[in-house]
Amino acid sequence: MCLGVPGRIVAVEGLLAQVDFWGVRREVRLDVVDEPVAEGDWVLNHVGFAIRRIPPEEVEATLALYDQILAAAEDDAMRQDVRGELAAARRKPGDG
Amino acid sequence: MAEPVALQFRDPARARALLEALARLTAHRSEGDPLAVMHVCGSHEQAIARFGLRAALPPTLRVIMGPGCPVCVTDAPEVDEAVALADAGLRVATYGDMLRVPGSARSLDDARASGARVEVVYGVAQAVAAAAAAPGEPYVFFASGFETTAVATAAVLLRDPPPNFFVLSAHKYIPPVMEIVAEMPETRVEGFLAAGHAAAITGWGVFEPFVARHGIPVVVGGFEPLDILAGFAALAELARAGEARVVNAFPRMVTREGNRRAQEQLWAVFEPAGGQWRGIARVPNGNLRLRAAFAARDARRRFADVLAGAAPPGCAPRADECRCGDILAGIAAPSDCALFGGPCTPAAPVGACMVSSEGACRIWHEYGGAPRIEVREAAP
Amino acid sequence: MSAPDDKIALRHGAGGPAMRHLVETLFARGARPEPGVIGLDALDDGAAIRLGDRWLVFTTDSHVVSPPFFPGGDIGRLAVCGTVNDLAMMGATEPLGLSLALVLEEGFARKDLERVRDSIEAACAESGARILTGDTKVMGRGELDGVVLNTAGLGFATRLVRDDGLRPGDAILCTGTIGDHGLAVMAHRHGLEGGAALRSDVAPLNGLVAAALAAGGDAIAAMKDPTRGGVARALVEMARKSGVGVLLEEAALPVRPAVRAVAELLGIDPLLVANEGKALLAVRPAQEPAVLAALRAHPLGREAARIGRCVAEPVGRVVLDTGFGRRLVVEPDGELLPRIC
Repeated sequence: MCLGVPGRIVAVEGLLAQVDFWGVRREVRLDVVDEPVAEGDWVLNHVGFAIRRIPPEEVEATLALYDQILAAAEDDAMRQDVRGELAAARRKPGDG
Repeated sequence: MAEPVALQFRDPARARALLEALARLTAHRSEGDPLAVMHVCGSHEQAIARFGLRAALPPTLRVIMGPGCPVCVTDAPEVDEAVALADAGLRVATYGDMLRVPGSARSLDDARASGARVEVVYGVAQAVAAAAAAPGEPYVFFASGFETTAVATAAVLLRDPPPNFFVLSAHKYIPPVMEIVAEMPETRVEGFLAAGHAAAITGWGVFEPFVARHGIPVVVGGFEPLDILAGFAALAELARAGEARVVNAFPRMVTREGNRRAQEQLWAVFEPAGGQWRGIARVPNGNLRLRAAFAARDARRRFADVLAGAAPPGCAPRADECRCGDILAGIAAPSDCALFGGPCTPAAPVGACMVSSEGACRIWHEYGGAPRIEVREAAP
Repeated sequence: MSAPDDKIALRHGAGGPAMRHLVETLFARGARPEPGVIGLDALDDGAAIRLGDRWLVFTTDSHVVSPPFFPGGDIGRLAVCGTVNDLAMMGATEPLGLSLALVLEEGFARKDLERVRDSIEAACAESGARILTGDTKVMGRGELDGVVLNTAGLGFATRLVRDDGLRPGDAILCTGTIGDHGLAVMAHRHGLEGGAALRSDVAPLNGLVAAALAAGGDAIAAMKDPTRGGVARALVEMARKSGVGVLLEEAALPVRPAVRAVAELLGIDPLLVANEGKALLAVRPAQEPAVLAALRAHPLGREAARIGRCVAEPVGRVVLDTGFGRRLVVEPDGELLPRIC
């Protein structure tokens, strides 16, 4: 369950927000989100309600977490090609 | 414009690395004795199926779909109640997933085909608006879904909806059913992947008592391909090390305490109640029922006379052969059911698992869930 | 248990297995192949009758889209383009003429009818088609939902292009972005605003197809327009009729960001929704570059792309390589409903 989709807040009017999902606008209710949100914040939307504010620094932290999981799973050295691919992926535009 | 937040978790290179890590972490097991982990979220199965992950997972890992499809576990009598209200001429709104789920014999879609006024809504707020637009008659919202969705229902009830708006609650609460599954003698689950969005509400702390009691690790995971693979890798690591604890692999959405404001609203409106989950068992505290303070909004109370007077719903043919319960408990796979793909298809479902877009049977049917899809380029 | 088949249900009109079964058992029973006729037994985009060294192609469609006006088009444009495109898919890129039958609900606004008429005229001008004959009926208020249009069309094809000629190794090309029409209509229904990016792609394709045929000739083994049921249904049908498999690359599917957003929000796969201004072509590998170049040179084919290829197995199936793994693409049966979960 829980088809939750992240979107960016474009405007806030009381308990309603206009949220942008990759160019599509949708009105989202702010009744249950547990911290104040403002224009520019990312929120997770489920059935028309924002349920959580997504701190942007957490995105980078999550990627770091996955890399950590990868490193911990290593019994042997990572193959050169996989290392190279990861390095290439990290350099993509938009990465923090 | 910066790349949208979510899409950073679909990087194929990292996915391949995680898959290789998974193979290494389960290398000490065999195809005949794989590491068995269970997820309890239909959206996890949807994501696994949509991205074709089963085809890529190592054979030493077995991923079981548990009772995480809220639509599938909504018991037949609950659907019968909604159908009875629709047949009695009341306007009934439902989420799309629920429309075709058969009750004991008929679904809301069958009722609609016979002339009942059944509408599909995307969100509960839409149902409230529809009720407000037609104040002269009752409007019943058939509320299905787990705690994440129940939060939305609670929010609208706390905001004084129009007097003609009623809720027929079929909401469910997941943590109690994990207990049931863990205690089933046939279950050999060695780790649980918990649903990230539900945990965003409840917090990952709710799993600590479960882990302490059963000694089975729980990892809270998100829904992007990398989230899921990392979740499995974390579980494999914990299982291999024999560590039973809760790991939060979805820190961008989930904290230990969760969303207190949402929790307060949820428990202000709903209380846990025992109930039958379709096919599985009685799950103590697994259902969410409207509190007495909201009796005036409770369709079960307001229309008790209609429900009591409804004709017996009958019984669907071959329903006794349906193995949804075993499938939901993770004991059987869809292909183990004699009805799968033959008499039971999305167009003519016998069990709920074939109806919901999150039902294991439906997903297997749609995506060819059996993992090994062999492609041969040229004719022999 | 869904509605028993002694009553017609919505899925019988959805273009999928239920509808095919209905047509096969009620209307196509007893249909046998005849020399010089592509008829009911073939269930192709249209019918064709051999006349000398050419084929006369004939097709018909009824249009019941609701709402009748949607971002990017309306029922009038849909009707003309639908028929022009069905003719083009079989190789008849110069329509001889169309018929137009209207059934209107009493109370339908005359202004709306004029809007529909204007769209029909514009679509005819764009495609070179003409309305040659028609019919008009009115039913009582409440007996019909607004308006139903039926169009039928005739055209000549020197070379008939079927939908069952695929061979392993053929390239699968799509003339542009997928999911635009179906998701624009769904977004409109659910109050999702996407502005200019979220519009139906409804357009007449006969010019584009003529350019492709000129560049590729016989190397274009099959064509189909992915309307109801989307790219999924069209490719499954082509694969099944040809006795081959199709392997699609998800990374190669052209999808507009706004369309992808709506798809994520509603939990609907763009491969399953209708396109009204796109075509799928199966092309022998040697001619793929020429055909792709010809498509991209045309205003309606700028975003044409190779989306996959034919394989020998699995027979009759479409497999999607997601970049993370593989899964089957199965055609939808019945109307698509948004997911909550």
